[in-house]
Amino acid sequence: MTANSTAYKAPGTSGAGGTSTRPLRRRPAPSARRSGWTPWLYLLPALVLLGGLLVYPIYQLGLISFLEYTQAQVSGGEPTTFQGFGNYATLFGDSQFWQVLLATVVFAAACVLATLLVGCALAVLLTRIRAVPRLVLMLAALGAWATPAITGSTVWMFLFDPDFGPVNRVLGLGDFSWTYGRYSAFALVLLEVLWCSFPFVMVTVYAGIRAIPTEVLEAAALDGASQWRIWRSVMAPMLRPILVVVTIQSIIWDFKVFTQIYVMTAGGGIAGQNLVLNVYAYQKAFASSQYSLGSAIGVVMLVILLAVTLVYLRLVRRQGEEL
Amino acid sequence: MSARSMLRIRRPGRLAAEAAALLIAAAVAFPLYWMVLSALKPAGEIQSTDPRPWTLSPSLDSFRRVFGQNDFGRYFLNSLIVAGTVVIVSALIAFLAATAVTRFKFRFRTTLLIMFLVAQMVPVEALTIPLFFLMRDFGQLNTLGSLILPHLAFSLPFAIWMLRGFVKAVPEALEEAAYIDGASRARFLWQILFPLVFPGLVATSVFSFISTWNDFLFAKSFIISDTSQSTLPMALLVFFKPDENDWGGIMAASTVMTIPVLVFFVLVQRRLVSGLGGAVKD
Repeated sequence: MTANSTAYKAPGTSGAGGTSTRPLRRRPAPSARRSGWTPWLYLLPALVLLGGLLVYPIYQLGLISFLEYTQAQVSGGEPTTFQGFGNYATLFGDSQFWQVLLATVVFAAACVLATLLVGCALAVLLTRIRAVPRLVLMLAALGAWATPAITGSTVWMFLFDPDFGPVNRVLGLGDFSWTYGRYSAFALVLLEVLWCSFPFVMVTVYAGIRAIPTEVLEAAALDGASQWRIWRSVMAPMLRPILVVVTIQSIIWDFKVFTQIYVMTAGGGIAGQNLVLNVYAYQKAFASSQYSLGSAIGVVMLVILLAVTLVYLRLVRRQGEEL
Repeated sequence: MSARSMLRIRRPGRLAAEAAALLIAAAVAFPLYWMVLSALKPAGEIQSTDPRPWTLSPSLDSFRRVFGQNDFGRYFLNSLIVAGTVVIVSALIAFLAATAVTRFKFRFRTTLLIMFLVAQMVPVEALTIPLFFLMRDFGQLNTLGSLILPHLAFSLPFAIWMLRGFVKAVPEALEEAAYIDGASRARFLWQILFPLVFPGLVATSVFSFISTWNDFLFAKSFIISDTSQSTLPMALLVFFKPDENDWGGIMAASTVMTIPVLVFFVLVQRRLVSGLGGAVKD
């Protein structure tokens, strides 16, 4: 019942967006049918799968991170031994770990910022143009969105290829290798990530803008507000719930970028200069058979993303959104 | 609606905005254009250091190299089987679960919802290590099952989360009417609710299809020795060579891999846009 009663207070905190229609659409969940086992029966297949293939592996990940687990233990040659926080001590004592962690955070932040800026700007642009150009831009964006990460990566590599790529030709960069330098390699991956992830933001925010009552925007425009002012003072506050969703979703996706880094920088760049946590964990485990160190890195990622999730939940709760 | 009225107000800027939109669209579409173009270029033009944005003598040589690979058809089929199974099964399971959490009240409902949300944040790649051992212990390495099962599990939380909106949108009154008319719970579920939620299922399935079709980490890690169980990304990586990449082959294989997703996307495009709006709005 608490969830339901807060639902009606929702518009108050997040601006007066669409208050008039809300109470009608938000019928509370049926309280009449408190029907024992039926919901659990419906949930059973999902819970079994998630328990076996998500929860249990997470438990195992944690477990392995506390063991000594290398090729010898995997093949059964040596017994596994409990290491306590030994693996974590090794990890936190390794300067490469901190470097990779910093790179991951900065890279993800840059990706999120770029994606949100471009996505929101284009969503606003979509509302200002006629149907045909809008459709063209929509289709191009959907094409980029639909492209598998691995093929997107190969195509962008080819576009920026020092020998045969058109980009260096047009920019007159000669045989400048984008993947040789640390920052240019990250920049190249960032461009690819931006290309394939801004469409989600654009489409979602556009759908949100369409749902804003016309009169509100008209009134703002008639009062002489500039486009930027309308966005900042009218649209953004009303779109807040949507913006929170796309921001968090982007953080989660960009923090976990794997394929692009792995393919475009050939497994983490020269001497691991382009490693992010995800690729770092994979390389530690599968390339150098240090499964426990890889698992410890995985645990660190889990903890960070869990923190992000908690912040998200707090934001959602503050808006009084009904779960 | 809102778009049209904004146009009325700010007409002078519109042409500039439209020109900008078309330019951006061209830039966004360019990589895909270049991919298809390069796949069709004859070998000599791809190796040219002065690449042109067109070709006068398109050839299918690169595609022939892709399709001529041993087992390429097999890889393609494997990818289809894995993605198809995941899409259908996860849609059904997610539909049931979403119905449970939106149309029933029970203890731990909110806790479960939060769990589904948290589950989406789990870095799947980090779980490759324990999943590898899990698949090994169950003798699933080198089978398509080792790809289907994890993707099934990982696509569920987001699918359930997204479907909630669609299930919630079906009016209570309809359900009450069905029961008054003597429909059983199963009958309401499959003959009334399911067809009504179907558009949402389609929108949701895009995500599970893409994440499964795109996967190359699991394909690389779990299919280690039996290449007859490999999926498409492996057919693509073959063309990366230490000395000189076969760009024609890479672009042709990339094209072949991208087209099914594009088709799928275009087919469900409308539902996707409205679906996201619905899922995110409240």
